[in-house]
Amino acid sequence: MPRALRPLEPAATDPAAIRNFCIIAHIDHGKSTLADRMLQITGVVADRDMRAQYLDRMDIERERGITIKSQAVRMPWEVSGEAYALNMIDTPGHVDFTYEVSRSLAACEGAILLVDAAQGIEAQTLANLYLALENDLEIIPVLNKIDLPAADPDKYARELAQLIGGDPDDVLRVSGKTGMGVEGLLDRVVERIPAPKGDAGAAARAMIFDSVYDAYRGVVTYVRMVDGKLNPRERIQMMSTRATHEILEIGVSSPEPTPSKGLGVGEVGYLITGVKDVRQSKVGDTITSAAKPATEPLEGYTDPLPMVFSGIYPIDASDYPDLREALDKLKLSDAALQYEPETSVALGFGFRCGFLGLLHLEIVTERLQREFDLDLITTAPSVPYEVTTEDKKTVTVTNPSEYPSGKIDKVVEPVVNASILAPKDYVGAIMDLCQTRRGTMRSMDYLGEDRVELKYTLPLGEIVFDFFDQLKSRTQGYASLDYEPAGQQEADLVKVDILLQGETVDAFSAIVHRDKAYAYGTMMAGRLRELIPRQQFEVPIQAAIGARIIARENIRAMRKDVLAKCYGGDITRKRKLLEKQKEGKKRMKMVGRVEVPQEAFIAALSGDTEGKDAKKK
Amino acid sequence: MDAVPSALPLADPAPADGLLPESAAGGATERAFGVYLHVPFCRVRCGYCDFNTYTADELRGVRRDDYAGHAVAEVAFAAGALEASGVPARPASTVFFGGGTPTLLSVADLALMLDAVRNQFGLVPGAEVTVEANPDSVDATSLAALAAAGVTRVSFGMQSAVPHVLATLERTHDPDRIPLVVGWARAAGLEVSLDLIYGTPGESLADWRRSLEVAVAQHPDHLSAYALIVEDGTKLARQIRSGQVPAPDDDLQADMYELADGLLEEHGYSWYEVSNWARADASGRPDPRHRSRHNLAYWTGEDWWGIGPGAHSHVGGVRWWNARHPAAYADRILQGQSPAVGREVLTPETQALERVLLESRLRDGMPTEALTADARREVAGLIADGLVEPAQALRGRVVLTLRGRLLADDVVRRLT
Repeated sequence: MPRALRPLEPAATDPAAIRNFCIIAHIDHGKSTLADRMLQITGVVADRDMRAQYLDRMDIERERGITIKSQAVRMPWEVSGEAYALNMIDTPGHVDFTYEVSRSLAACEGAILLVDAAQGIEAQTLANLYLALENDLEIIPVLNKIDLPAADPDKYARELAQLIGGDPDDVLRVSGKTGMGVEGLLDRVVERIPAPKGDAGAAARAMIFDSVYDAYRGVVTYVRMVDGKLNPRERIQMMSTRATHEILEIGVSSPEPTPSKGLGVGEVGYLITGVKDVRQSKVGDTITSAAKPATEPLEGYTDPLPMVFSGIYPIDASDYPDLREALDKLKLSDAALQYEPETSVALGFGFRCGFLGLLHLEIVTERLQREFDLDLITTAPSVPYEVTTEDKKTVTVTNPSEYPSGKIDKVVEPVVNASILAPKDYVGAIMDLCQTRRGTMRSMDYLGEDRVELKYTLPLGEIVFDFFDQLKSRTQGYASLDYEPAGQQEADLVKVDILLQGETVDAFSAIVHRDKAYAYGTMMAGRLRELIPRQQFEVPIQAAIGARIIARENIRAMRKDVLAKCYGGDITRKRKLLEKQKEGKKRMKMVGRVEVPQEAFIAALSGDTEGKDAKKK
Repeated sequence: MDAVPSALPLADPAPADGLLPESAAGGATERAFGVYLHVPFCRVRCGYCDFNTYTADELRGVRRDDYAGHAVAEVAFAAGALEASGVPARPASTVFFGGGTPTLLSVADLALMLDAVRNQFGLVPGAEVTVEANPDSVDATSLAALAAAGVTRVSFGMQSAVPHVLATLERTHDPDRIPLVVGWARAAGLEVSLDLIYGTPGESLADWRRSLEVAVAQHPDHLSAYALIVEDGTKLARQIRSGQVPAPDDDLQADMYELADGLLEEHGYSWYEVSNWARADASGRPDPRHRSRHNLAYWTGEDWWGIGPGAHSHVGGVRWWNARHPAAYADRILQGQSPAVGREVLTPETQALERVLLESRLRDGMPTEALTADARREVAGLIADGLVEPAQALRGRVVLTLRGRLLADDVVRRLT
């Protein structure tokens, strides 16, 4: 096997022998499996230590088969007797994490475009491909899973060639599973991807492309050296804040962290300074030497803005301090997570959280529940609206409960440009869906023989509300979706309140288009009527826009709540039942005098508006 | 009515020698003592029934004819275990034969069991001795024979006077037989109680009125009216789940309860427990002589020993229950072991909770001073919601209103 016999030493590697690349792929197109094979073939992971999806550290990542945090691995390789150091930078594959992808891309000179030979390219992959081309990366098109019976490499090679230009014969064919073609791919990386360029004599400049919190070591900062060199024990400076830290450890991942004598031009590695919060080592910032600082930072990144907001509440109110602590801990490793305390009449104390997108929301809530063992209620996702009142004051509303009362002059909502890829048979179904979600079609293009890319401008608020589920169900799972922010538009939006016995239940309020207010109101009122148990009094459920009632349901008064019998053996049984009921009562939330079970909130807020499982994978 | 539900609670194992903890003896002389005798046999199993009963003549080598012998053995075991535990001996104030169908056994068998109680414990003068009976399992002769053996009271499982309701319940008796058996029981000098069930799928309010009218026309001394409960694991539960039979409707059951209470009061009966009415005395109160003293003992925390498979017992804050299968039960009894398979020693907190659970269902109610401070404050809310009689509460007793009786479980939750 052509593993490098003499791996090049970090800090002493000629930039000409370095290749920095990433892999662009859709979620289940086999990126992690391919990465596993590369680790094995280059010998950085011994065969006996190999485990599936080696680089995906979190349980959630491995279970869902997606990568959330990126990492960089240095692998030795040899071509024609020359040794090279290949830095593979693993990128997140999901639409929510575009900002992380963009950082990773900026650390590379080339990208492997990995596409499932049985499925063809997907929308997210296209989006990331555009990003890569914008960064002037050299693209190496590769079809994966060619060992699958359903693989149609000829067809998808033509599709890829048509997409990025070039000859279908140039599209490599590999199997990450069997390792077939992977060596050839590594050779191709060396051959095609340009070596990094930089000034070894200049002041050190390193770009932070990822920052990961590790419970034992504090923040691990992943950098790509551009100019100069960084050394162990050196004091460094963060160029945005001027804060200085001492490098406690510097090195490369191969794939376990391996300390080195430093990092030189073009190299990719990590450094540890002892900071405890990823916000002190911000992605996009430039690190320089404190002793001899650079004057100009590298072109940085902008902080990602949260696009989706949701309230997160503990089911058991006494878990609030634990929830706060858990969020504080998650924040250490997730710079994009934002939150602030919030109080809901219905749900008590919780947090208003901002997320990059729906998957980000889902991952955070899942981590909170799984890693911190918290039972949570999440309110329906909302997006930031700009609401101008009659007196010309504009407020940003991320929570329907903050919606100004009184006359509204105008409401501006965020919109996105969405790209949907699907087999051509589903075009009608997709157009229907986008139409009902107030979408405007921008274009429709055939990709290859039978697949179509539809481009729409859609309100983000329509996408966060079970759009993805609908899209998947209407296309039998074949459609893929990507979107990016595309500014704002004015829209005829109203806030619909849901009232129980005349009391607004803030958790159920929603900002919706006027044409859909009635449908939302009747849907929620009807659903709550099913979910809220009968009380000893009649409970009217109303949906209202301001003071105007648009829908009404009634929960009739409960008249009977007694077990007929209670004799000898029934006593123990009835007492246990009573104890259970009392336990259940503790999990009730009071809205005025109405007892609402937690399950009702959860079910009503699940967003499962059309009776399907709200889970998406 | 029987003391043997089919689902047994999870609890501690029971000791084989049947000995009770010392705490059980405390205050025993203040408490009445009763004996429940379970007869776990029926000719057919009714579709709604989840009681511990069997229809075969022979179960894993145990013959129905042997059963009285086993029960007699447990009565002797009971006397020995109580004595060994230091619980003062008390004659039985009440004896209750429940089932199953006690009258599936011969009068001689039942008399044998009653004699065992008499011999081991004695009976207080005027003791209440009740036998549950199906209208089609007794006649004039057997009722007279039961009275002669010492039985004082018979409780007939009438359930309904309407044939289609009886058919849904899979009761086999002819409703026309009710006047006959009541007449025979009276002739034998027995107190008579009728058990009714309401809310059976398909039963209308008019059907229920008809059953009530037929029942009061017999002038029984006592009536029980139970809302049909669909128990898991019964044939009825399966029929409802599969949609063959509609589920009972709570609102209709509430209407039926209100109808029963009104009609029974009108005919000279007075409620003394949520589901039980006794003929009223001159002042309009339920006549103590006609109430079921045995059942009242369950609700007021007296002591009783439950004999037979699956039977439950309570002595001084200790509850236990026997093996359910007659063969498993017989095995233990024949080896001289306690047939109990589980028991729980109630903590003061659980005892206080049970007291609310049981006594709040009684016409006599419970003293507010037995409630916690929080619960005493909650009484004000219960008065405001029309669940508790205000005048009684002012006199220091929690007594449910008609609305309160229908929502009794909620009252209990709020008071515990």
